[in-house]
Amino acid sequence: MTTRTAEQATAGLGAAGPPPGAARRAAATAWLQTYGVYAGVAVLLIFNTAFTDHFLSAENFRTQAVQVAPILIVALGMALAIGTEGIDLSVGSVMALSTSLIALYLGYGPWLALLVAIVGGIAVGVLNGSLVAFIGVQPIVATLALMVGAKGLALVLLPQLRDVRDEGMRSLGSGDLLGVPYPALIALALVLVVGFTVRRTTFGRQLLAIGDSRPAAELAGLPVRRVLICVYVCSGVLAATAGFLATARLGASDPTALGNLMELSAITAVVVGGTSLAGGRVRIAGTVAGAVLIQLLTATLIKHDLPPSWTQMAQAAVIVLAVYAARERGKR
Amino acid sequence: MNALNSVFSRGSSGTTVADPTSGRSGEGLPGPDRPRGVDRPKARRNEQLSAFAQRHGALVALVLTVAVASLTFETFATGANLENVALSSAFLAIVALGMTFVIISGGIDLSVGSVFALGGVLAAWGSQHGFLVALLLPLLVCGGFGLINGLLIARTRLAPFIVTLASMLGARGLMLNITDEGNETYLVAEGSFIGELGRGSLLGIALPIWITVGLFAVGGLALRRSRFGQHVYAVGGNEDAASLMGAPVVRTKITVYVLSGLLAGLAGALNAGWLTSGITILGQGMELEAISAVVIGGTLLTGGLGFVSGSLVGVLLLKVIQNIINQIGSLEAAYQQVVSGVFLIVVVVVQTWLARRRRVM
Repeated sequence: MTTRTAEQATAGLGAAGPPPGAARRAAATAWLQTYGVYAGVAVLLIFNTAFTDHFLSAENFRTQAVQVAPILIVALGMALAIGTEGIDLSVGSVMALSTSLIALYLGYGPWLALLVAIVGGIAVGVLNGSLVAFIGVQPIVATLALMVGAKGLALVLLPQLRDVRDEGMRSLGSGDLLGVPYPALIALALVLVVGFTVRRTTFGRQLLAIGDSRPAAELAGLPVRRVLICVYVCSGVLAATAGFLATARLGASDPTALGNLMELSAITAVVVGGTSLAGGRVRIAGTVAGAVLIQLLTATLIKHDLPPSWTQMAQAAVIVLAVYAARERGKR
Repeated sequence: MNALNSVFSRGSSGTTVADPTSGRSGEGLPGPDRPRGVDRPKARRNEQLSAFAQRHGALVALVLTVAVASLTFETFATGANLENVALSSAFLAIVALGMTFVIISGGIDLSVGSVFALGGVLAAWGSQHGFLVALLLPLLVCGGFGLINGLLIARTRLAPFIVTLASMLGARGLMLNITDEGNETYLVAEGSFIGELGRGSLLGIALPIWITVGLFAVGGLALRRSRFGQHVYAVGGNEDAASLMGAPVVRTKITVYVLSGLLAGLAGALNAGWLTSGITILGQGMELEAISAVVIGGTLLTGGLGFVSGSLVGVLLLKVIQNIINQIGSLEAAYQQVVSGVFLIVVVVVQTWLARRRRVM
């Protein structure tokens, strides 16, 4: 509370007459924060076109699109949670839970399996949301508890890998419509839905108002707790959907590995995309570019025979850089 | 504040509905809905009760759990089993000690699990190059991770959880990088110092337990009696006020993260000595265990209030419960994850409730 007032005070001072050098620097960081992610994607595309074999092939673009879909879908939910000045660390475990439930219920057809998985996501979301909204537990702690609990539950339900034998499900993971793979189409549709929700609906406005200042939103009479629960439920449902698509693509349910470190990829995508961790703002286009950036970065490192440990370290650096850029913006 | 209070009383009214006395203007049972200014002595007693539950609740729970377990399982109260519990607690306790300082200062350190694993691998690798390397290398690298965390959090004012989340990834990446993507397991050299430290014993009690007790004594004194400790409380209580008072906010914050990194690295090194190898898959989920232990021990997640001794009790409680789950047998490791997740939720809910109750009174 007090820090925010202090920030506002500095902002006021800055408007009165900033030194020219500082203003230019602030403008540069603002540009970096808004367009840095697109520049990053462009740089990676150019680098890969020049130095990676078979990068500019339709097959490669299809692969990348299929692989980016789960990250993107999870990142959409994460963007909503971060917009309310929250966070959802449980998304990776929800994906694992989703894949376990799908393995158990696939016998009744893929759609029922998806439905059960989504119900699982809703359950985790309701728990997360209730802890945050009613009890007032910090989002990090509430979702950290669910992260461990849901992962454990996923492993209890399905202790080891199980192959997907359902043809319908397999074709969903590998098929395409007019050359665009199904997972990418579904991700695109969800991007449009979430983007519309944030920009054009009352729910979206309320979400951003809560992220700006929860006490103010409460005083203004907004249904704060209902909105918060909805946000975490959305995040759970999106993560469960991502788990469904990832299972379909892999052709196997593997709760020990699926969704591991997904919360980090999603947070990176959102933060790199210019959504501030301080809440009150959600940038969907930036999040899409952020997810693409993470995917391209991973693909680049793998294609140049660098081990996964490099990907992890590079991702850590990207997170810190992105948060650092966002912080410059907040200070201005 | 008003908004918070009203949220609270609305939120809690569901829990007091069953209270038959709630209709009679709040006499009898102490619902938070009770109007202020009524029953002052009772209110004070309730406040004391809340404070007692906050401070000693974990100890009471631990004593009860141990008593029940000793009566239920013949194999529980044996010397070997108790030493087993104490030894497995020791490594987590050292990590939780650092976490206590971080949480009291108002932060959080999610990187401890990865740093723990990294410390173990470095110690095992270093043990082949002399005892100084085996001990100093993990401390240096893990302290370095803590320093980076602290600098980013204190100097550039980035959110602690995102910085430590990134360094959790970075530390695990580095650890996988030096172990050929986790495929190579370094063994602790025969008869090396770190192996002695991990497996040795003094007066019949394992050395890691002695080290843990010593560290907690020093840590408790530092927190309670030293100027640094007072600064940690001040920074966690209200950073702006601490800064106005002239407390070195930046230095204090950097120090707690360095401390957390050092202790996690030391715990990893001792653990590697005990296991005689640097196992790469260790430490996953350890941050949650450490945070749970600290919170169970009565330290507030919002900072500014907490006890080192409570964290030790919290660790013991967690490990006793895990031990009981193992005694039941048949249950898989996955159940432990479910149980610890549920346990953390329950403890945090109770804590939030107690803290608010005290504030409302």
